[in-house]
Amino acid sequence: MTKAITVSGLHKSFGRTHALDGLDLSVGSGEVHGFLGPNGSGKSTTIRVLLGLLRADSGAARVLGRDPWTDAVEIHRRIAYVPGDVTLWRNLSGGEVIDLYGRLRGGLDPRRRAELVERFELDPTKKGRTYSKGNRQKVALVAAFASDVDLLILDEPTSGLDPLMEEVFRRCVAEERERGRTVLLSSHILSEVEELCDRVSIIRRGRTVESGSLAELRHLTRTSVSAELAGPPDGLAGLPGVHDLDVRGRRVRLQVDTDKLDAVLRSLSESGVRSLTSTPPTLEELFLRHYQDEVTAR
Amino acid sequence: MSAAALAVRPTRSRQFAGTGILLRFALRRDRVMIPVWVAVNALMVLSMPNTLEGLYGTPAERADLVAQMAGNSSLRAMVGPVLGDSLGALTAWRAGVYAGALAAVAGLLVVVRHTRDEEESGRQELVASGMVGRRASLTAALLAAAVANGVLALLVTAGLAGRGAAGALAFGLGIGGVGMVFATTAAIMAQLTESARLARGLTAAVLGAAFVLRAAGDSVTDDGSSPLTWASPLGWLTNLRAFAGERWWVLGLFAGAVLVQGAVAYALAGRRDLGMSFLPSRPGPAAGRLGSAGALAWRLQRGGVLGWSTGFLLAGLVYGGMAKGAAELVGDNEGAREIFRRMGGQSGLTDAFLAAMAGMLGLVAALFIVASVLRLHGEETSGRAEPVLAGAVGRLRWAAGHLAVAFGGAVVLMLLAGAGLALGHGERAGAVLGACLVQVPAVWVVGGVAVLLYGLLPRAATAAWGVAGAALLIGWVGPALDVPRAVLDLSPFGHLPKLPGGGMEWPPVLVLTALAAALVAAGLAGLRRRDMTT
Repeated sequence: MTKAITVSGLHKSFGRTHALDGLDLSVGSGEVHGFLGPNGSGKSTTIRVLLGLLRADSGAARVLGRDPWTDAVEIHRRIAYVPGDVTLWRNLSGGEVIDLYGRLRGGLDPRRRAELVERFELDPTKKGRTYSKGNRQKVALVAAFASDVDLLILDEPTSGLDPLMEEVFRRCVAEERERGRTVLLSSHILSEVEELCDRVSIIRRGRTVESGSLAELRHLTRTSVSAELAGPPDGLAGLPGVHDLDVRGRRVRLQVDTDKLDAVLRSLSESGVRSLTSTPPTLEELFLRHYQDEVTAR
Repeated sequence: MSAAALAVRPTRSRQFAGTGILLRFALRRDRVMIPVWVAVNALMVLSMPNTLEGLYGTPAERADLVAQMAGNSSLRAMVGPVLGDSLGALTAWRAGVYAGALAAVAGLLVVVRHTRDEEESGRQELVASGMVGRRASLTAALLAAAVANGVLALLVTAGLAGRGAAGALAFGLGIGGVGMVFATTAAIMAQLTESARLARGLTAAVLGAAFVLRAAGDSVTDDGSSPLTWASPLGWLTNLRAFAGERWWVLGLFAGAVLVQGAVAYALAGRRDLGMSFLPSRPGPAAGRLGSAGALAWRLQRGGVLGWSTGFLLAGLVYGGMAKGAAELVGDNEGAREIFRRMGGQSGLTDAFLAAMAGMLGLVAALFIVASVLRLHGEETSGRAEPVLAGAVGRLRWAAGHLAVAFGGAVVLMLLAGAGLALGHGERAGAVLGACLVQVPAVWVVGGVAVLLYGLLPRAATAAWGVAGAALLIGWVGPALDVPRAVLDLSPFGHLPKLPGGGMEWPPVLVLTALAAALVAAGLAGLRRRDMTT
């Protein structure tokens, strides 16, 4: 698979702050890639490097096979970008801004534009200053989804959208994927990421800490198991990958590294299983683990 | 029962809750701007007596000046009538209109900044959700303006007290009074419009109208007695007669205007919702035709260019009409002759007047070019540049759009000023037009410095205002103050040939043009290399 975005060993400092500290990122063509991390972890800095608005101190970045700093204009012809906080010109109407953004990219599909304005329930005749936060977001989203581009870079694009519009957004992203477009989606809404993304990268303090498909990432984390057995369990404590073991008579609760699950199940069934609940890790847990590591590290 | 009664009857005092905190906050935010405005204004006034003493040292010379001013309508229109022959009275004459106008500009900037600007940006919403009364913000803004004008009045009074305590007090209060009248005008405009920019523009237009009314009135009378002069707050300052038999009751006009306008502003503020205005905003087109960064730059700046153009054309017409009368005044006063020679060149005094006016308009055009170039900075820091630059638009092309408006606009302004001067003067259109166009390279150099600062030191970009201000100060006040040649040479305007009258000299014009081009190129090179800020 060709890569839409490859980033390796990216460094960027602002004065004494190291915003990016050797970040790696790889986004395959045609995939929807989730880009996660706590506030201030460097997501927006990365995106601004990918857009050629910031120049990296060191490291390599390629967007659509080109250097985002030197070939910014050629790349931007094939990119649509939605920032997390859209600011509009106070005296230009939303429709004017949508068309401007479209023309500044590869062009705009007027049929799709009309359809999107309808679906997002946006009044394009209002002036920039009169839009609410959510409606300003919609202006940028309509312009992005209606543009004729290969790659969409969305930086917390749904902030301020109501749940109905959030649903419209999800359907739009799914449609983009069906058309074979690549999407880099930075978001804190984990259900959104879980539903939409093929692969995710989690960054912390300017570094990539996890990257892969959700299935792969789940594999790296722990599954919770609780069971009621026919007889007292035996030898569970000695198994590799078992944590937080809690045995009360015949009731057993434990956490196990997902790739060590097999041995635990075998051990349990030797004692005879009456009931068994196993919960796979959610993205929240995945994410919280990285947040909490950060808390304990301090 | 009592709880319900309390809920429906807000006590009057609570409407001003939080005013003290907001006032301190406003003064903290303006801790640089207000002192600089006040200091510049006070210095200009307080340096005047010594300068005038050098020019009109003896009572005979001063009596001569007074007699001549009585016969010259065009210079009276510019500066106002001379009402007495003491140094104090001459100071009030020479500095009054400009000190008043400067105080008015400061007042309007402070008030709009702390009222409509805050609402437009959305910051006010958060502030108003605190323990802040409905009238607190407007009150704090007016008080901040009152502090600025009060300190100015105090400095002027103290600094001129040696020339006559009563006159100094009247003059100080008069200048502060003009400042407060326009502060309250701005308070009304801030209620009427949704945009801070428009509120500032409308108040500035009222100030311009006040200037024109006074100029028209003073050109037909030599003692400020025309009803036109009385209709203008700037004319009240003249009619206060500081150092020339003070008319104390005129201070009542200032107080009355401040009270009435303040009451209107409060009444309007009490009848509207936060962020709303009385002039409704119309819906825009559902589909747009803007297709490039250049078109966007023009769309964003065209209103400003139109406003400036109108002003330049009108100013040219008015000053052109005065040109012939200018020669009458200077007559045989050697000092004034010398000033005009330094401002305008060696040849005929009408030529010198025209050259001086062309030079003055050039200095004002420097303000336009700085404002226009700094739109780049505003677009970048507001975050609006980011999505544009994420489109297929190179930074240079994006910048070029705004720079074309800025540098081309400067040419258009000077063309219109020249056309106005030529029409008003009615003679030698080509020479007058040339006198205005020759200013353009110097205006460009100031614009080039703005581009350089923006490109290389974006955080210091607004220092370009200081550059334009310094050029203005050197060009406006310098010739009257016997400033050393080395200082005059710092301003690009000091190197221009004095047209019409003097001969055209190409070398300085070409050198300045090349310098402007180099500054722009260096600034753009910096912009291309640096990170974009938010």
